[in-house]
Amino acid sequence: MTAVDGVSFEIERGERVGIVGESGSGKTMTALSILRLVPEPGRITNGRILFGERDVVHMTDEEIREFRGADAAMIFQDPMTSLNPVLRVGFQIEEAMAAHRRFTRKQAHERVVPIMKRVRIPASDQRVSDYPHQFSGGMRQRVMIAMGLSNEAPLLIADEPTTALDVTVQASIIELLRDLSNEFSASVILITHNLSVVASLCQRVIVMYAGRIVEQGPTRAIFKNPQHPYTWSLLRSLPRIDERGHEKLISISGLPPDLSNLPPGCKFHPRCRFRVDQCLTQEPDLDQVGEGHLARCWVLMRNVPDPEAVKR
Amino acid sequence: MTAEASPATTRAATAPLLRVEKVVKHFAVGAGLFGHSVVHAVDGVDLVVHPGETLGLVGESGCGKSTLGRVIVQLQPATSGHVYFKDVDLTRTRGEKLRRLRQQMQMIFQDPYASLNPRMAVGDIIAEPLHNFRVARGRAVNERVQEVMRVCGLNPNFINRYPHEFSGGQRQRIGIARALVLNPTFIVADEPVSALDVSIQAQIVNLMEDLQERFHLTFLFVAHDLSVVHHMSDRISVMYLGKIVEVGTTAEVRDTPLHPYTKVLQSSVPIPDPDLEVARRPILLTGEIPSPVNPPSGCRFHTRCPIAQPICSEVEPPLERKQDGHLAACHFPGKL
Repeated sequence: MTAVDGVSFEIERGERVGIVGESGSGKTMTALSILRLVPEPGRITNGRILFGERDVVHMTDEEIREFRGADAAMIFQDPMTSLNPVLRVGFQIEEAMAAHRRFTRKQAHERVVPIMKRVRIPASDQRVSDYPHQFSGGMRQRVMIAMGLSNEAPLLIADEPTTALDVTVQASIIELLRDLSNEFSASVILITHNLSVVASLCQRVIVMYAGRIVEQGPTRAIFKNPQHPYTWSLLRSLPRIDERGHEKLISISGLPPDLSNLPPGCKFHPRCRFRVDQCLTQEPDLDQVGEGHLARCWVLMRNVPDPEAVKR
Repeated sequence: MTAEASPATTRAATAPLLRVEKVVKHFAVGAGLFGHSVVHAVDGVDLVVHPGETLGLVGESGCGKSTLGRVIVQLQPATSGHVYFKDVDLTRTRGEKLRRLRQQMQMIFQDPYASLNPRMAVGDIIAEPLHNFRVARGRAVNERVQEVMRVCGLNPNFINRYPHEFSGGQRQRIGIARALVLNPTFIVADEPVSALDVSIQAQIVNLMEDLQERFHLTFLFVAHDLSVVHHMSDRISVMYLGKIVEVGTTAEVRDTPLHPYTKVLQSSVPIPDPDLEVARRPILLTGEIPSPVNPPSGCRFHTRCPIAQPICSEVEPPLERKQDGHLAACHFPGKL
């Protein structure tokens, strides 16, 4: 089974990129690949992951251990399962630093409270000696972000960091990620199914489907002028809080792709209302459709005069 | 916009289908030396649902919205208070009479993976309410099951398949078919789309809207996602820590939110439009949601409210009609 197939992208220092997709799109595998954390028996069979000049794929075990955490830190969806329940929060942040020997034990110890303050955990001086269960979901996610920042890693990979959180807490975590990436010029890769969060946080968007990138480009182009029918349909399937009156949502028929049984041609064609004959047999390339804007489609939405009227 | 307000006003003139009065649901937790503590999950809720409408019930995790839904359909007994369905108090009704009323109220659950018995064929899952309420036997059962499967967009030939053979969206259709099989008038849908993929959510939302129109259903739509609630509902009620803090038509609540918590919720929801996102300024709350074991005095939101005054911690504001016509429980409505 091929979970991720020929994915290429770049991220600049300080840039925030969103990788959007549904279950089975390969977005999480893409993120795990960057840290070479693909679960067994999965493996990276082909390709390069360059961090600066270094290729992650060919790092020794020692190098990859150093790379994880020190150069690229990962923030997971569920902070409760990522924190050790029997160790104090402050100690866990300290350990994250000690593991990389970038700071002495004493320096690491002294850095803990300032880092907790930086991710805006109130009463950090006291809470440093609390246990994870004494923190709310949002505060635990801040602890995870603090661990990610503790070694000043220039790349943060956040996998659905707000999905388990209430919307008011989600808002504060988005603000925090935005501020931190501006402050430290840290790059952020945000993995999510939530297009609205991407619109809020990211400068660039990658849309994945069936293990492939189907569209990527500047956030504004993707949201205002989507060229792939999948992107276009997703955007019109969302209820919006600012909607006036009642418009029926455009739903995407069928099911998310089954990776062990992918169709020939364009992988989205069974669900696509704009497909033409070519889509059934030939898979399109990811071609340039605008300034920094790529799409993998034979049709392209700009060639569909009245997309809302097309029924399938 | 006025088009949205008018059906609600005409509806208000007709008798409500469901009336919830002073409903309280407490759970006892952790028995100890000095007795046990009590979770105030639902703490004195009044609510009215009119025939044919969708009432959205929105709030964050732990606010009591799901518990309230379960108490309304009598899946859990209320600690006190009354639930009137077609003017009969369900909390005081027993036996055959309760069964007949219960038959008209059904529930759709959040998790289509957990709410279907994996060892039962889909046909049996959907048929179970027919057997439980003894409304059909023999061949009539199969006919009815296949009919609701078709209505819900499921292939009726799959009647002998098992839940694991279906995708999440199809499983939610099975859950909806099971809720529909008895021809109910009222359905409580508890987070029916939140476990589904984005592309599937719209399918289920559209299905629920079609079914409502076709079978004149009344929905209580319980969800945390304000965007979906706005889309689905004729009216919206907002819940915080066991209390309803605001009720109004969707247009009223959207355009003139009166309670600060409603305003905070709305400002927190991101919009899939980068241009609007640049301008949106979420009102960030300080502090944590207080424990429902020991809720704050006065207005329960006062510990986190950006505009709280001394009176807010002393006097609990009643849920009452404010100047612009909809209900809010706040001493300073519309001031945030």
